Amino acid sequence: MKSSRRSFIKRSAAATGAIAISGLIQPFNVLLFASDPPNDGGPWWGVGIDISKCIGCGLCARACKVENHVPEEPFYFRTWVEQYTVLNDGTIKVESPNGGIDGLNQSVADEDVFKTFFVPKMCNHCAKSPCTQVCPVGATFESPDGVALIDEKYCIGCSYCVQACPYGCRYIHPEKKTADKCTLCYHRIKDGLDPACMEICPTSARIYGDLNDKESDLVRYLKENNTQVLKPHLNTGAKLFYNELSAEVS
Amino acid sequence: MLSQVDGFIYPNEIELQWGILVVLYPYLTGLVAGAFILASLERVFKVKVLGPTYQLALITALAYLICAPLPLIAHLGQPARAYEIMITPNGKSAMAIFGFVYLWYLMVVLLLEIWFDYRRDFVIWSRKEKGIKRLIYKILTLGVTDISPKALKWDDRLGYIITVVGIPSAFLLHGYVGFIFGSIKANPWWSTVLMPVIFLFSAMVSGIALVMVIYMVVSYIRKVKIDMPCLDMVGKFLFYVLILDFSLESLDQVHRIYEAEESFDILHMLVNGKLFFTLFIMQIGVGMVIPLLSLGALQVFKIKEEVRKIIYLATGFMVLTGIFFMRWNVVIGGQLFSKSFHGFTDFKLSLIGSEGLFMTIVWILLPIIVLAFLLWLMPPWKKQEAA
Repeated sequence: MKSSRRSFIKRSAAATGAIAISGLIQPFNVLLFASDPPNDGGPWWGVGIDISKCIGCGLCARACKVENHVPEEPFYFRTWVEQYTVLNDGTIKVESPNGGIDGLNQSVADEDVFKTFFVPKMCNHCAKSPCTQVCPVGATFESPDGVALIDEKYCIGCSYCVQACPYGCRYIHPEKKTADKCTLCYHRIKDGLDPACMEICPTSARIYGDLNDKESDLVRYLKENNTQVLKPHLNTGAKLFYNELSAEVS
Repeated sequence: MLSQVDGFIYPNEIELQWGILVVLYPYLTGLVAGAFILASLERVFKVKVLGPTYQLALITALAYLICAPLPLIAHLGQPARAYEIMITPNGKSAMAIFGFVYLWYLMVVLLLEIWFDYRRDFVIWSRKEKGIKRLIYKILTLGVTDISPKALKWDDRLGYIITVVGIPSAFLLHGYVGFIFGSIKANPWWSTVLMPVIFLFSAMVSGIALVMVIYMVVSYIRKVKIDMPCLDMVGKFLFYVLILDFSLESLDQVHRIYEAEESFDILHMLVNGKLFFTLFIMQIGVGMVIPLLSLGALQVFKIKEEVRKIIYLATGFMVLTGIFFMRWNVVIGGQLFSKSFHGFTDFKLSLIGSEGLFMTIVWILLPIIVLAFLLWLMPPWKKQEAA
């Protein structure tokens, strides 16, 4: 009895040791935080938004909801437009009624306005996205061409990705009960069409393009303008580049 | 819902994603870690006077560990897919890894330790009892029915090793929950290096308080005399850990106030506004300051036994309440302010529904019912009589 127990313990200890050592073969996979996803040399999509061109018409937000069947309630947006008004006394007023879908109007009297501008927001399709890092089942992922997508058939609806996105781009779909967000209209761009929000923008404030292609509109835009990303200190590798982004924008 | 917005929030932030069920989960797992560490004080650090609470602490931990994942699965958008976290986890996700830490702790540490401790009793009871109880005990022996002194020595030795492994595992169990929040750089209320440590120490505080309260309640129900040296020692450990927890949480806040970085203004408004009652009154006042004063008084003054018992019971309940509100302040508080730092939303706790107050009370009571069942099945006091 005692010798069989001893050999059982020896054998299971050996098995445990073997499993532990084999786990060390890929030691860094578990420890590594978000790293650059593999880009196979194909397109690497990025987005450019020119603040100086946005007129706050809100058609982009409306087109997105129509194209992607986003719920109509004012609580779910894949893209929205914010209106910033800096008053003469220095206070910053930010508004986005219904995401800007109905157009944005100025409620502050002209004489009190120091400056005002519109900031369209959408998923930044981060290269080192915190949302894909935290998804416990890998339902959200970065495509090889740099678009952050969600497999709605695999998502368990834990909302961890919604918490992890610093830009507030994600929501839980009220009927599907899974995470949802801007997909850069992947179903359109793979057919060579523009995303809905960019197609409809009357001033071409929004563009997208291949960051790997030196001749693309986006790369030229980056070259000719002084661009910034939102929350650079968080090191998300955001690929949404704003032109003329003022310090008040968060 | 729009009327609950104060200032500006990103449109998607209006509804809180993690509600009371996600507040409950770290609370319940924290009780597990704390109860286990109290039990390990007796076994590994040979604090013999804690003997009467040893098995009680372990069985309490087991009852809570079995029930804790239930509110979590209930809160998922797609709970039927919850198994995916185990079969295809994303190795970079703290939440996914936590599933395995939890499984390790439940299967390898807690269940094994209780089994090694109770095996001899299962064998004896399987011979003495009749009917369904006999069958249950027979199954629980797992066929290992040798209770010779040599075999019992093995039980003791293996149980000891598991307890030693169990202490860092308990640290990992609740430290990891803290890491799940602390690693979210998008949320400045959560993102701090101290988060795993704070969660761990508050878990220890709540676990010790729980065992203290349960020991007193069970002794009252059984109409047996409370072992006062044991209870005094539990109270002493609660006092020490409470001091550590209080220091750590104070450090976190002092650091935040001193550095006053970008998020400070909105967080300052959060703490003084929406979180004023739950933070200052409940978490700090009821949950820490009053217990520290009352337990501290017991260390300094000689107080007679009857009064001490009342103080321990009241303090235990106060600490348990305070730690619940600590979880509330972290989970709910972290979602009340906008990541734009320009405004707030609100949290309305409903009464009915899967995330309502009534369901929450069910989740809180369920471990107690499981505990009652386990104490009927494996009574620690009958065990001592058999020895």
